[in-house]
Amino acid sequence: MSKVVKNRRPVSSRIGGLLFVLPSIITVVIFVYGLIAWSVNVSLTNQNSGSKKDIKYVGLKNYTDLISDERFTHSLLNLFKFTVVFILGALITGFIMALLLEKGIKGEGFFRSFYLYPMAISFIAMGTVFNWILNSARDEEAGGLNLALQKIGLGFLQNDWYVSEKGAMYAMALPAIWQMSGYVLALFLAGFRGIPDDMREAARVDGASESQIYRHVLFPQLTPTLLTILIILGHISMKAFDLIIGINGKSYVTQVVAVYMWESTFDSRDYAKGTAIAIVLLIMIAIVVVPYLRYNSKQQAYR
Amino acid sequence: MSNDIVDLITSKHDVRNKKRKLNGKEKFWLIFRYVSLIFIWFLVVMPIYVMVINSLKGVKNVYLVNAFKLPEKIDFSAWSVAWSGTDYFPQSISDSMTRTLFFVVQSSIISAILGSINGYVFAKWKFKGSNFIFTLFLFGMFIPYQAIMIPLVRIATTLDINKSIYVLVLAHVIYGIPICTLIFRNYYEAIPNELIEAGRVDKASMVRIYRSIILPLSIPAFVVVLIWQFTSAWNDFLFAIFLTGGSPKLSVATTALNFITGSSNQVYYGVNMTASLIVSLPTLIVYIFLGRYFLRGLLSGSLKG
Repeated sequence: MSKVVKNRRPVSSRIGGLLFVLPSIITVVIFVYGLIAWSVNVSLTNQNSGSKKDIKYVGLKNYTDLISDERFTHSLLNLFKFTVVFILGALITGFIMALLLEKGIKGEGFFRSFYLYPMAISFIAMGTVFNWILNSARDEEAGGLNLALQKIGLGFLQNDWYVSEKGAMYAMALPAIWQMSGYVLALFLAGFRGIPDDMREAARVDGASESQIYRHVLFPQLTPTLLTILIILGHISMKAFDLIIGINGKSYVTQVVAVYMWESTFDSRDYAKGTAIAIVLLIMIAIVVVPYLRYNSKQQAYR
Repeated sequence: MSNDIVDLITSKHDVRNKKRKLNGKEKFWLIFRYVSLIFIWFLVVMPIYVMVINSLKGVKNVYLVNAFKLPEKIDFSAWSVAWSGTDYFPQSISDSMTRTLFFVVQSSIISAILGSINGYVFAKWKFKGSNFIFTLFLFGMFIPYQAIMIPLVRIATTLDINKSIYVLVLAHVIYGIPICTLIFRNYYEAIPNELIEAGRVDKASMVRIYRSIILPLSIPAFVVVLIWQFTSAWNDFLFAIFLTGGSPKLSVATTALNFITGSSNQVYYGVNMTASLIVSLPTLIVYIFLGRYFLRGLLSGSLKG
């Protein structure tokens, strides 16, 4: 409740504060906004090779070229598939974890700590393992999930995972779900525990059943949490990069936008195309994040 | 009630923790919850289990078909091969690990200092437009770094700093400013303004108040930021691969590992697994001992204090 006290400050101090953050402000303005502008600038030129001679502005050509670039649309579609499965999967898994834990249970701390550890590990490192777990070898040669499925009598579910033409991106979403479910759990758990106990008690006194309490009292309170989770997962998903590289390198089947940008820049030295792809990615993320930031800054103003 | 999100998560307010006998239905649900929790636990632990057991099988006897099988006898030979290399496995992870540690520690410390100063001003010495500028900062934390990468690489090449590991210190410090500022700002917001007022009554300057009132209270926030920056710089692949290219002289943990596992060493699965585990260990150890602080940094990305 400390926020009730409004900041009162002497006039002389205002400039002082600004002076101390000025170096950071300048840095952010140059290295975030300045370099974005620079990228946009490069994306409007014909700098399609390592050499820097005869650079001309070509307008939006690099962007319109992307529309007809089969590899780009492929990576965009891949990203879309990945995002849908990843967000739904992480949301559902994390929510179930939170439901199981929210009332408090003996050993909660133990489970919670384990559920959250995947977020501390690099995906380049986990890629080595998931490369095995999601390996496409079947039957006698199977080693990972395919073997596990055989063992529990679900052998017919064996499949090619990230190697298959159709299902590759859905398989790629599995490790992402594995990593981020804990994050969803943490946010939902905070959401549940931020609801005052009185609300449950009141509903219980009114004769509501447990499931009614969840559906009509608790779940509606979690809407802001849900929104936050969707935005966070959404922007993480669109940036997917080392997860994909770690498991399957630059392979075409699992290529997403960030990987294609890397390939265009590094292997083809097509800087104009690379920046154009990056700016498309930035715009996609900005559409999700900017409204959230604006909403958040309005909330701050009320505090 | 506490405003802090991590306190909220770890708070145990068991709604029906009234010591009484459970009826049949409640007993069923309790068992159901435990069974589900343990099932999920197995799924979550499985990848790290596979990593650990396969690093203990030695160099040669590691095959996909045996992925889940425990080693017949524990053999650490893959560890020494992964760490220092041998004639048939020329890459080693040790140089890259030391190099990573070297730059990560520096970038974390600088980030924390900058974040603390910025957070102090944005929380307690707001100026005209400070909230707007703060929001501009925050956007910098969500952008895909690909959108700045090509110019950044060009700057680094022109200034000739991409020949040294300090290029990564710079990158992580610069692009860490938003999140570090956010973490400190949220932390300082919770410090009562009366403390600042008291200092002001005593005619203490802004810097003086920072040093004698704010800084001594900041240790938890420093731990959060240090751990956050440590973990994210350690696990970073994007900046490393773009800014240091494929240069083996500047390889860090993730780029070296990607090179090892992605190259022709597919025969030496055991060594690959071990190298992956070695690269994961520092951040894992930090998580084991300081998980609470790690969680706080992680959740600050959701912008909630």
